[in-house]
Amino acid sequence: MSKVLEARNIQKHFHFPVDFHVLKDISFSIEHGEFVSIMGKSGCGKSTLLYILSTMDTDYEGELFLDEKLITDNSANELARLRNEKIGFVFQFHYLLPEFTVLDNVMLPARKLGKKSFDEIREDALDKLRLLDIYDQAHKKATMISGGQKQRVAIARALINDPVIIMGDEPTGNLDSKNSDTVFNIFRDLSKEKNFSLLVVTHDQDFADKTDRIIEMGDGRIISA
Amino acid sequence: MTNYRVIFDITRTHLLSRIKQSGVAALGVTFGIGMFITMIGFMTGLNGLLDGLILNRTPHIHIYNEIEPSEAQPVDLLTDFSQSFNVVSSIKPKQSQVRIHNALPLISQLKKDERVKGVTPQVNANVFYLAGSIQINGMITGINVLDELDLFNFGDYIVEGKPKDLIKNNKGILLGSGIATKMSVTIGDRIQVKSANGSIIPLKIVGIFQSGLAEVDKVQSYVNLKTAQQLQGGGNDYISDINVKLWDMELAPKMSKEISSQHKLTAIDIKTANAQFDTGSSVRNLITYVVSITLLTVAGFGIYNILNMLIYEKMNDIAILKATGFSGNDVKLIFMSQAILIGLVGGTLGLLLGLTGSFIIDQIPFNTAGLPTIKTYPITYDYKYYLIGISFALVSTFLAGYLPAKKAEKIDPVDIIRGQ
Ligand SMILES: Nc1ncnc2c1ncn2[C@@H]1O[C@H](COP(=O)(O)OP(=O)(O)O)[C@@H](O)[C@H]1O
Ligand SMILES: [Mg+2]
Repeated sequence: MSKVLEARNIQKHFHFPVDFHVLKDISFSIEHGEFVSIMGKSGCGKSTLLYILSTMDTDYEGELFLDEKLITDNSANELARLRNEKIGFVFQFHYLLPEFTVLDNVMLPARKLGKKSFDEIREDALDKLRLLDIYDQAHKKATMISGGQKQRVAIARALINDPVIIMGDEPTGNLDSKNSDTVFNIFRDLSKEKNFSLLVVTHDQDFADKTDRIIEMGDGRIISA
Repeated sequence: MTNYRVIFDITRTHLLSRIKQSGVAALGVTFGIGMFITMIGFMTGLNGLLDGLILNRTPHIHIYNEIEPSEAQPVDLLTDFSQSFNVVSSIKPKQSQVRIHNALPLISQLKKDERVKGVTPQVNANVFYLAGSIQINGMITGINVLDELDLFNFGDYIVEGKPKDLIKNNKGILLGSGIATKMSVTIGDRIQVKSANGSIIPLKIVGIFQSGLAEVDKVQSYVNLKTAQQLQGGGNDYISDINVKLWDMELAPKMSKEISSQHKLTAIDIKTANAQFDTGSSVRNLITYVVSITLLTVAGFGIYNILNMLIYEKMNDIAILKATGFSGNDVKLIFMSQAILIGLVGGTLGLLLGLTGSFIIDQIPFNTAGLPTIKTYPITYDYKYYLIGISFALVSTFLAGYLPAKKAEKIDPVDIIRGQ
């Protein structure tokens, strides 16, 4: 089994307003096809860690491997490219581009990647929307659908380039229990049936219990993995 | 690698989804460029008109024989008196001819000079116009019509008849408009002209000439060179004035000095004759440019403002784009292309507005005695100004878009996402 993501001795400090050692010696890895959740008290550094793992935050010490390649010292452009191709990110708030249709939102990362033709990308995007059961919303403006639907669109967008790992920062944190069950089941299926690797931060103990593995964080450290 | 189509699609969606703001920004540019085109067209038109009024009809170098008393009096030549203080009173100029000695060789020499665009001889003669019992004092200039048309826009001052009629008709005259009114004659009528030596020649009026300067039009008329030579009782080498037009007007002062020293003739250059003229032209141009640049700068600030606002509104979008793998450069491109598109659309409309403005001014009646052939306000439609206009629109929107786009490039998505 290959490691899709590995963190070695990651340290992070915030310098303002006072020096604050937020992540302390974080080391762990995720195997291909694993569905891992991260839990921990509010403020213990989960989001901060996820921003580093997703390559958006580069201000840290330690080493980060994606797909078994060291990416810690990659340039901003190389990281953007990796993010585009290999990482799917789902936020707590369903960040969609409000002026675009649902379909356009899902297509954008693939169009940026530029590996397929417009028509192929469109087909892919419609497939993903079908997979997430929101095919019928494809041509609506992103602002015209409900919160649960938006989160499913965001997941479809995260899937569009077939990334090696999907990360979520409390993706169900803002949804009612019915919608959050739907989203969980989607993640479950992606892991079981499509063999995607997932790393999801959650507050929801029931959610976490159903994943393959729980990483427990406290005060900037991994307590148990 | 950047996929420009997706960048452009985002740009277009951004612009179209706030069409009002984009429209206002573009209109700022349109107004600036439109004003620039109209103003510069009008100003250069006006400059051209004034150039026409003075520069085009003035020879760059005017060569003639001035009647003046000799500098050296006979007594100065006597060595006996070289040490003494000689007083000669009542000096009169020597009785000499007004004609230029050896004019034809001089003309052909000038024509060979590569600085010279053209040379044309003239014969000036003082005359009386005779109409019935009245005699009007005047001046007739014999010209080479084709040269004058070619070099000095002579045709602009013929209000009736055609200057070419003069070529065919050796007994024709282009009569000054003031004289025509005084003598109440018109085209087709005949008048008689009496020269200084008493000979009388009948001439037929083939056209009316109006320079715009009333003093001139009351005395001046034109005939063929040959007719004027007859009037003066001279042969075909009788020439009183030579007018020279150069390729480059700036060379006139130097060349006129050469001519006057080599040939003992008086040669006046246009710079000396119209020193104040140049300054007026360049000041008018300067004002045009200052006003236009001010307008465009204001338009530029409008674009800067709108893009800045847009970027604040679009913080979330920028964060999403970056989180999903668009690079800082892509984001910069998105906002730069919005600015440039606003510049391009606004600028193009500005050119059309400018053209329309020019066209309207071009229709406004403008009658001046100075330029009888001009009936409406002068406008220049020079493609160069349209190129300058669109370039300026693009450059100013580029600059106005650059700072906001640079800011968008630098936005850290983590800051935005965490801020929620
Ligand atoms: N930009 C920042 N500057 C300083 N401290 C920060 C910054 N962002 C977060 N923190 C602090 O870092 C700690 C971890 O934050 P975060 O990773 O968001 O926690 P959580 O586990 O709730 O996601 C918190 O105590 C938070 O106050
Ligand atoms: Mg958090």
